[in-house]
Amino acid sequence: MGEFKVHRVRFFDYMPSAIRAMAFNSRTERLAVARADGALEIFNFADHYFQEKVIPGQDGRAVEALCWVGQRLFSAGLNGEITEYDLENMRPRYTVEAYGGPIWTISSNSQGTLLAVGCEDGTVKMFELLDERIRFQRNLERQKGRIISLSWHPSGTLIAAGMMDMIRIFDAETGHATHRLLVERGAGASKSKEVVVWSIAFLSDHTIVSGDSAGKVQIWDGLTGTLVKTHLVTKWDVLALAVSQDESSLVAGTSEGTVVQFQFIASTVDQQDKEWVRTRTFKNHSHDVRALAHTETAVVSGGMDTQLVVRPLLDKVEKNTQESALRKIAFPHRSLVCCAKKAGLLLFQFPDHLELWRVGESDGLGKPGDSLPVKRNPEKLIQLKRKGEDHICCSALSPCGGWLAYSTVSAVRLYRIQYNNISITKVSKLPKDLRSAHQLCFSSDSSKLFASSSHSSVVIVSLNQLECKHLHTLKPRSGSRQPVHLLFASEDGKWLAAANADCEIHVYNLHKLKLHCTVPVHSSCPTAIAIHPVTSNLVVVHADQQIFEYSLMQKEYTEWSRKLQKQGLHSLWLERDTPVTHISYSPKNPAHIFLHDMFMFCIIDQSLPLPEAKTMLYNQMTLRSLPEPERIRHSHAFKICKNFQHLLCVSLLEDHSLVVVERPLLDIMSQLPAPVRQKKFAT
Amino acid sequence: LVNSTYELVLYCPSTKLKRMKKGVCCCRFLLCASGECVKVFSTSTEECIHDLRGHTELVTGVLLRPSNHLQVYSCSADGTVRLWDFTDGILIKTYVIGYPIYSIYASANHEGVIFLVTPAQKMFQLVAVQLPQSGDQLVEARELSAVLSDVSSNPAAIVFGRGGEYIASANGLQLEVYFFKKQKAYRFPLKEDNKKGGKNTFMCVACHPKDDCIATGHEDGKIRLWRNFNHKKEYTYSTLHWHHSAVSSLCFTPEGTNLLSGGIESVLVQWRYNQESQRDFLPRLGAAITHIAVSPDGALFCTSHSDNSKDKNKFYSLQRDKLLYNLDIVQQEYIHESGLQQFEVVKAAFNASGNWLATVEERKQKAAELELNLKLWAYDEQTQSFVLNTTISAPHEAQITAMCFCHAADSQTTMLASTSKDGHFKAWQLAAQAHTEGPSWSCDFVGAYHDLVPECCCFSADGSLLAVSFQEVVTVWSPASWELLTTLSQPPGAIRDLCFGRLSCSKYLLGTSANNLLCCWNLLTCSLEWSTSMDVSLLLADPLSENMAAFCCQAGCTDLFVFKPSEPRPLFSRKEVCSGKVTRAVFAPREEMLESCEESSQWLNHSQLYFLTQYMDLMTFTTKAEEDRLMASSKQLVIDDSVAMTPFYLLLGKHRQQENQDSLGGMSAERTPLPQGSVAIRELLQTPAHVLPSTSYLCSMFVQSLLISVTDTREENKHTEEEMESEKEEEDSEGEMESSTRPKESLESEATESAAPALTKAQARELRRVKKLDHSWLAGLLDS
Repeated sequence: MGEFKVHRVRFFDYMPSAIRAMAFNSRTERLAVARADGALEIFNFADHYFQEKVIPGQDGRAVEALCWVGQRLFSAGLNGEITEYDLENMRPRYTVEAYGGPIWTISSNSQGTLLAVGCEDGTVKMFELLDERIRFQRNLERQKGRIISLSWHPSGTLIAAGMMDMIRIFDAETGHATHRLLVERGAGASKSKEVVVWSIAFLSDHTIVSGDSAGKVQIWDGLTGTLVKTHLVTKWDVLALAVSQDESSLVAGTSEGTVVQFQFIASTVDQQDKEWVRTRTFKNHSHDVRALAHTETAVVSGGMDTQLVVRPLLDKVEKNTQESALRKIAFPHRSLVCCAKKAGLLLFQFPDHLELWRVGESDGLGKPGDSLPVKRNPEKLIQLKRKGEDHICCSALSPCGGWLAYSTVSAVRLYRIQYNNISITKVSKLPKDLRSAHQLCFSSDSSKLFASSSHSSVVIVSLNQLECKHLHTLKPRSGSRQPVHLLFASEDGKWLAAANADCEIHVYNLHKLKLHCTVPVHSSCPTAIAIHPVTSNLVVVHADQQIFEYSLMQKEYTEWSRKLQKQGLHSLWLERDTPVTHISYSPKNPAHIFLHDMFMFCIIDQSLPLPEAKTMLYNQMTLRSLPEPERIRHSHAFKICKNFQHLLCVSLLEDHSLVVVERPLLDIMSQLPAPVRQKKFAT
Repeated sequence: LVNSTYELVLYCPSTKLKRMKKGVCCCRFLLCASGECVKVFSTSTEECIHDLRGHTELVTGVLLRPSNHLQVYSCSADGTVRLWDFTDGILIKTYVIGYPIYSIYASANHEGVIFLVTPAQKMFQLVAVQLPQSGDQLVEARELSAVLSDVSSNPAAIVFGRGGEYIASANGLQLEVYFFKKQKAYRFPLKEDNKKGGKNTFMCVACHPKDDCIATGHEDGKIRLWRNFNHKKEYTYSTLHWHHSAVSSLCFTPEGTNLLSGGIESVLVQWRYNQESQRDFLPRLGAAITHIAVSPDGALFCTSHSDNSKDKNKFYSLQRDKLLYNLDIVQQEYIHESGLQQFEVVKAAFNASGNWLATVEERKQKAAELELNLKLWAYDEQTQSFVLNTTISAPHEAQITAMCFCHAADSQTTMLASTSKDGHFKAWQLAAQAHTEGPSWSCDFVGAYHDLVPECCCFSADGSLLAVSFQEVVTVWSPASWELLTTLSQPPGAIRDLCFGRLSCSKYLLGTSANNLLCCWNLLTCSLEWSTSMDVSLLLADPLSENMAAFCCQAGCTDLFVFKPSEPRPLFSRKEVCSGKVTRAVFAPREEMLESCEESSQWLNHSQLYFLTQYMDLMTFTTKAEEDRLMASSKQLVIDDSVAMTPFYLLLGKHRQQENQDSLGGMSAERTPLPQGSVAIRELLQTPAHVLPSTSYLCSMFVQSLLISVTDTREENKHTEEEMESEKEEEDSEGEMESSTRPKESLESEATESAAPALTKAQARELRRVKKLDHSWLAGLLDS
């Protein structure tokens, strides 16, 4: 595998934000997740739960609820505004003030014609969905007390609203309340406290399911307005409910971090009468489960502990397949770390600031596994606070370390950095075309900045000491409207590869400033791309863990790639559930490709044979114990190292030392607020 | 638990409940397999009514016949299934199967078929047996058809589902459900253990009587409720978790509203079906629950336990040879974990009238400080049990060495003295607290003497003096003023035991010291009255007489001396009463005083001496007359055994027994007691009418009891002689018989030497009898 001096970086205090709301679009199989800082993430469940898009947050925007209407995504929050998002440009399209105080919930009817929002002032406001906008239609009968949760009956004629101490059923046509269901308060001390109906679900058989702050999941008959059954699920709050598409299963998320499943099953084998029975309990969270989604095959939950958990329902999926494995998505599927290889600098991206660090130095020598004495400690050079309300969506550091750029949804900023006595100067005049970028990238000689713009176009800006000038805008021929999320400029400055959310990868010739070729489209989204410095082969890793190598010269897949596809990847490789987020090359050995995901980093040695299906994939430890001549016989192309965990970045510096940026999940956990008190056995 | 149901735990000191395999419960009777017989208990009186005997090997299962609830099947390892009428205890039929049977099942849906678990090639299989219809007593039933192979031999692992439509069997990590109609089996395997260390092995199964829901208990304490199990894939289960170790028994109530579970925690848990977050507990049942049975009307739950209770004080009626009740002192859930330290009750003391009990419990953890609790319990007349009055945490800084109540019955204050290794002794007083409802205990005085460690303490009989020994010094204090009255000392050797004399000898204080000295001080002169060299291990005063008992341990045997402090000559001495050390002894006051005149047994007149050896044998001394009575009553029981036992029968039997005794002692009785005074009449009047037989049956007896006996002495004599004759046939106890018929005056004069060997013979027999009894319950007494 080779020996490296490793900079083990643990000073990136990345802290993900808590999950606030979730909405699953079963038609497109996209899950929208809203976080506490207002950021929105779109996961593609059809493509290995890949985090396709991230819309950065904004100060003051707290999303309380999300709602899909067809392909359109709406959010509402405690700032009292309804926002529709432009998913192609990854920014809010417009916001509409509802004039009802903070909005707690938003829900659309199944026909997709009306949007109802529940407001603090006790009104349910109906908005008409127009092609480009939404328009206020009317208020439903105003109630005392805030509207916390809303659910439409699938027919679209009735709306159930969860409030303080009660549930109201409205006739959507007349706007009058038809039923008032009183929800019992908690026992004991909480008797005097109002019970909050946090979540409600209106099923097509007129059953209403409610989850409340007294820890109850209650089943009501919506026609008569009577309570059918009470399930006491927790001592704390039931915060979220989600019902499966076929209404045979529902899940409830609690403050204890548990998700409780209820199933609609017949009590006896041959009987038709069914009832809701509490069945399984999943405990995958340490904190409140704030948001839930019930897909066809899995329960998706998220909450205060910031992790998105996909728990497959084993009765719906084939056993022992990739689908049946539990997934926890803790880190973003894109890179938050930028490494200046020549200067040995690291740029860390936070939502509201950037940090520039210089890695430490050591001149010691030691055995593999030793920790070397540090001659110079790592040093934080610059902390750059962003301007404006919008959060940072992407950032880049030039390989020489002289340039720094970041972008929000509204602006791109470029800075020039001097190191002799550290100073940073903003480049004031930027070309007009460079208004906002989804991804930024510097050329290897730091003379050009590439910024991905709307409709998959890439803006090229030339940089020098005096001015920065718009050179060209590269546009793909396919006319894709999806944003580019990956950019890579080759070492020799000739090629630029750009991958977009439509799974297309376009390679541009920078000398001719035109499209060179389009890599054959694979069904899964690319998660990392890189161009080999010597052979100019493009290596692409997709969300389904497939690896392709494409020769830009021949405009075809390389021999190695064909061999790999023919033989197929090792099953253990395909079973990994985190995407590869970085690819880099070794300047010493052109046959080596470095790549990493959250739990491992791997050196693919193209000169070695590929692993057979039966050979052991993770064989580095066994190889070490073998004598030298034996090793060659047993070694294969995938050299995987799991010494480092929870990786955010692995990069090879110019001096052939390896920078490994770790963020242990335990550190993240320790920064979370204390969870609700639970009695632990034998304490 | 809920009010409408009550739980029945059967403590039967003479049977080993450990062997109780499986019990079934019908409304009035509880049947338990115990060894080679089936015991039938009455649920209302909790008495064992009779044994169903006939099997030649271990009875492995008991099952009510589904078609007739007055009959019961029992199966045994001897390869037979027997059908009994359990109300009368009659064997109806014996089916010979020919293989050892491990458990038995039947359902109302399968008429004439029983299901048995038999061994087959290193595994067990469930077979269906068609019971042949035949009038014979002994029937061969060899038509076996296998239903399920590879089942568990544990009787709790197989159960019939709703209406007998399917049968569920759990073995290892697999649950198998077999539908009889479809003739199809579904298997649901579980993983061996999950990441969190849960062990999924099935322990027991129960089926809901109305819904298709199977409850399974697992090794890690989880209970799973399986539903939709007629699908290979879409089955689902919910998990309930309260038990921390294996669930050993599960049972649904007949209506299916509740699920009962039990395990090693010795807590019966009641889960509401479909409302599982609501559960009720019946904690501290004394021992790990091995089996739960519910009566068909759901009113009675029965739990059978393995016998390993701990941290309990047991109350045992010495007169009636019956365990009265357990008192859980610690009142903390018994967490079965080898590494965990439990609170242990180390000391207990009663006051003289028996209405206060003081207990000391301690927990010693490796690193942590010693935890001490002193608890004071008041006797509640209404509930007939002790109720916790005061808990004093950390009463002393170190272990408590001795504890003693003030014995004065007439004194205004109730006082408790405790001595501890921290060098202090404390007096605790019962005082009314202003802000609380009742009186509670608080510390009255803390005393110390020259930084010495107090060893033992004792109150004088009138409560005016408290003697506390500090190594070789005995200090005498006045509890009224708490001033040190005097110190007595007899070096060398630390004082081991202290005891004040009683009644006329109350001026004496006796103490035993470590260098084998028994000293008697006169408190009036504050000087040593006498001392003698003997290694006394236990010193004890009889509260009702001047007598004192001293147990001396020598060469593995214990000698007993009974003496009066005023005279150094022992009243009674006996070498080698038992082997090993005597750990505890008590003088139990007699209910009625004995009028024995023999010198050697006079000391037993007021109270009886019971003592407990280190081998857990409880022994006592009895006189001839007493033994006599015991013999008579046991014989009575033997005679009555053939008749079905009902509460009324017991009542009648007791009455007859009384009559016998009356006739035995007829000579001494001046006249027949008045009807109101008669025990039988009183019992008759107090027994609820619905358990009594018809009035016509009772009438003659009642009238007879009203009649004043006019038969002359001659007739009576003759009657007695007849009785004697019948007794002679069975017992050679003519000597005792004579003695009991002799006039009192002659007996008193005849205090001869010859009576002594007779007494020892009687004693030996009694000792043998007491030894024969099962005294495993006494294990609890050792701790206290």
